[in-house]
Amino acid sequence: MQRTTRKLDDKGGESIDRLQAGTTLQDRYLILGMLGSGGMSSVYKGRDLHFPNVTKLVAIKEMVNLIADQSMYDMVVRNFEREADLLATLSHPAIPTIYDNFTHKNRSYLVMEFIDGQDLEEILAEYKEFLPEDRVVSWAIELCDVLSYLHNHKPQPIIFRDMKPSNVMIDQHNHVRLIDFGIARHFQPGEKGTMIGTEGYSPPEQYRGEASPAGDIYALGATLHHLLTKRDPRIEPPFSFAERPIRNVNPLVSPELENVINTALAYDPKDRYPSAALMKEALISVAKRTGMLSKPSVAAVIKQADKIEELWSFKCEDEIRGSPLVYENLIFVGCYDNNLYALDKETGAFRWKFATEGGITGKPAAEDGIVFIGSEDSRLYALSANHGDLVWTYYTEGPIRSSPTLSDGHVFVGSDDRRLHVINQVSGRRAWRVEANGPIWSTPMVQEERVYFGCESGDFYCYDFKGELKWRKKAKRAVTSSPILVDGMVYFGSRDWTLYALEAENGWQVWRFRMGGATISTPAYADGMIFIGCGDNNIYAIDARHSREIWRYEADHQVTGSPIVHEGSVYVGSVDGSLYCLDFRSGRLRWRFHTDGPITGTPAITENVLYIGSMDHKLYALLI
Amino acid sequence: MQSLIRFLRGIFQRREPDAPEIIARRESRTYPAPSPNRIEVGTGQSAGIERSHNEDALLVLTSASAGEALLPDFGLFIVADGMGGHRAGEVASSVSIRTVARRLTQQTILQMLDLEPAEDLTPLQDLLRTALEEANEAVVEQVPGGGTTLTAAVVLGNQITIGHVGDSRAYLIQNGKAEVVTRDHSLVERLRELGQLTSEEAAIHPQRNVLYRAIGQGANLEVDVLSLAKPKGGHLLICSDGLWGVVSDDTMLQIIAQAGHPQDACDELVRAANRAGGPDNISVVLVRFPEE
Repeated sequence: MQRTTRKLDDKGGESIDRLQAGTTLQDRYLILGMLGSGGMSSVYKGRDLHFPNVTKLVAIKEMVNLIADQSMYDMVVRNFEREADLLATLSHPAIPTIYDNFTHKNRSYLVMEFIDGQDLEEILAEYKEFLPEDRVVSWAIELCDVLSYLHNHKPQPIIFRDMKPSNVMIDQHNHVRLIDFGIARHFQPGEKGTMIGTEGYSPPEQYRGEASPAGDIYALGATLHHLLTKRDPRIEPPFSFAERPIRNVNPLVSPELENVINTALAYDPKDRYPSAALMKEALISVAKRTGMLSKPSVAAVIKQADKIEELWSFKCEDEIRGSPLVYENLIFVGCYDNNLYALDKETGAFRWKFATEGGITGKPAAEDGIVFIGSEDSRLYALSANHGDLVWTYYTEGPIRSSPTLSDGHVFVGSDDRRLHVINQVSGRRAWRVEANGPIWSTPMVQEERVYFGCESGDFYCYDFKGELKWRKKAKRAVTSSPILVDGMVYFGSRDWTLYALEAENGWQVWRFRMGGATISTPAYADGMIFIGCGDNNIYAIDARHSREIWRYEADHQVTGSPIVHEGSVYVGSVDGSLYCLDFRSGRLRWRFHTDGPITGTPAITENVLYIGSMDHKLYALLI
Repeated sequence: MQSLIRFLRGIFQRREPDAPEIIARRESRTYPAPSPNRIEVGTGQSAGIERSHNEDALLVLTSASAGEALLPDFGLFIVADGMGGHRAGEVASSVSIRTVARRLTQQTILQMLDLEPAEDLTPLQDLLRTALEEANEAVVEQVPGGGTTLTAAVVLGNQITIGHVGDSRAYLIQNGKAEVVTRDHSLVERLRELGQLTSEEAAIHPQRNVLYRAIGQGANLEVDVLSLAKPKGGHLLICSDGLWGVVSDDTMLQIIAQAGHPQDACDELVRAANRAGGPDNISVVLVRFPEE
């Protein structure tokens, strides 16, 4: 789109006659063609006929005066002449020489040196790849140099005001030339009606009417940001450069250069370089790669972790894959050594264990003094919490990897036999069951007389308590993780790399969020944010309303465990063996606790103690 | 006036303004007793005092049903504030509303009415995004030089999903509080977010009409979408800046709280904006959700 700033005022814009090639102005300047035009002004390529024996090329800038009011009209012409005079006195290699100025009828003209080259907007459009950093830095240094010259002008500093790629030309010798001093701004009529589009390179304070050297520095930063990222600020929300960090878009840029540009782009003028000369020095250092940072980057300060106190740990005979459960004064955890362990939650002292005939990967559930757990031996067990006595056993026809959910006096559990079983908690008798299209590993979620669960075929179901299917949705791959329901929305992840958000009542898909890998992590919700781990090594924080990523944190390996949020922190384990504690708003690491095996379960937290099992065979209790 | 029709009802409004004197003489309308289970909607529109014609447009579509395997309650509510000279504004707002409504009804309620519903339906947020992008293309093609804001809300089951571009607003009103759930795509709002302007300064800033996003801007339009839970016993308010820019949030809250039916509230909101000078076109849609 050529004109990104469009005025939609009632006048509809008068059409202006442009000069035709062959026209001569002042009996001296022959118009050869148009170089560019926009709004009230145009630039022509011309030839100075006072040098008949050679082709002396000039650039002729024409500004049309359409101001209706007579005294304002005269003022426009006077302002133009004063500025033309000023420009004529400037002498700098980057500023084209002004040769002449005149006004004829309602048009004013500036005749200046013709620059043979391309402006940065054209160069950016032509260059398919990212521009090389060293070229951009060399241009930036020259631009700082000319800005410094302008800002130090006596008696009054000259603010360029209009730094942007289309106003910077690169000539045949790869040198920078500023080509538009915004002299045409005198000719802009007042804005009327609604405008679409903003200038993109202008600093925030310019909209308060303040023009200062710091504004030129911001605009230079904006120009460099555009050059390096190829992202045009005119079509992004204003002042949103921080949302597109240069190195996120173009990883080839050095951190030192990114820092220099970020300093120039600070919202508060006082936080930018106090002068173009200082910015130039910073750029020169970047060029020399002396590693001198102009201002310290806003480094992610990892708080020196209060040493994480391990209260106790308990070693089982095999991997702990599932999640622990805290119930009254005990902690229960299943282990791949076929046992369900019950330990004292404060001391970790062993209380009892119950041997099943298969590995235990689910999380136990407990109510009314009974603890329930499924095993890969296909059975669901009900045991007395205090002593581990068997109360009843329920048989399914396949290994149980799903964790049981308790609700309304029943146990809901899935099995590899492709069924969801609903069992009376007291009697151990089946109340009803439903068929799914694949083994069910996910933990069913029960709310308001409905049960929600996914299965390995990718199907996700919502049944009511009468055993009737309310709705069903299909993901492209297994839904191994468990769903959560918040504010009428069901959220669950799938191995098809997607986090789904469905309207709970009818199953209508409201949004979906794609990640970089399969997920079997159950999401957690807090304060409008959804947290989930992923096989692409990241922990994601997603805004639940806008379905946008707020932050992500990269672990050293897959994050297959599920997160839990507690008092401002997100806790989640990774296959890399660490339990991570991140600030839930920013994703900054608070601390990291190492174990010797992958962590695939979800932590349990109660009274400032966090319990987590690891595939290093241990259950840990940490003071947080 | 229109009575509340139980099945599909569409209103495409372009009424001329009511001068204040006429309203005073109008007989008070009566509405059917509030039905506890259904949403109730009111709409209001006026060209305002200073403008000679109305470039805003609005649309409301609702459905209610009962019976075997039937549809969840559905509602579609859209406000568009057009801009551009020579009728470009009216045409832009109207074209964009029609484009959005057609796309949304096709892929929600019409698909739901299909006897054999399709398996893989587009997520609502994606649908809203696509609908507004299509409106953008339609305006670029059919209304050169025209543009419009557009805020559209789809109510399906217990969720409201909103697609939004520009500086019309959607408010969630519940528990006596009004929350703006959309973001104004205006320059002054960016400046206010950055702490460069206070809300008061933003309200009178000479460039408060400058938008950095509008339907009809052309390439690279980014649409905001969001979803929220239906506010049981609360309201959803969608309006152009001819209302929110002129009547304070507190006044709007008061008017809504005191009105018997959302239509009464809309009439009073329009009157309030005109009393405050009516500098711009005014459009408002107010949806009240049952307590359930």
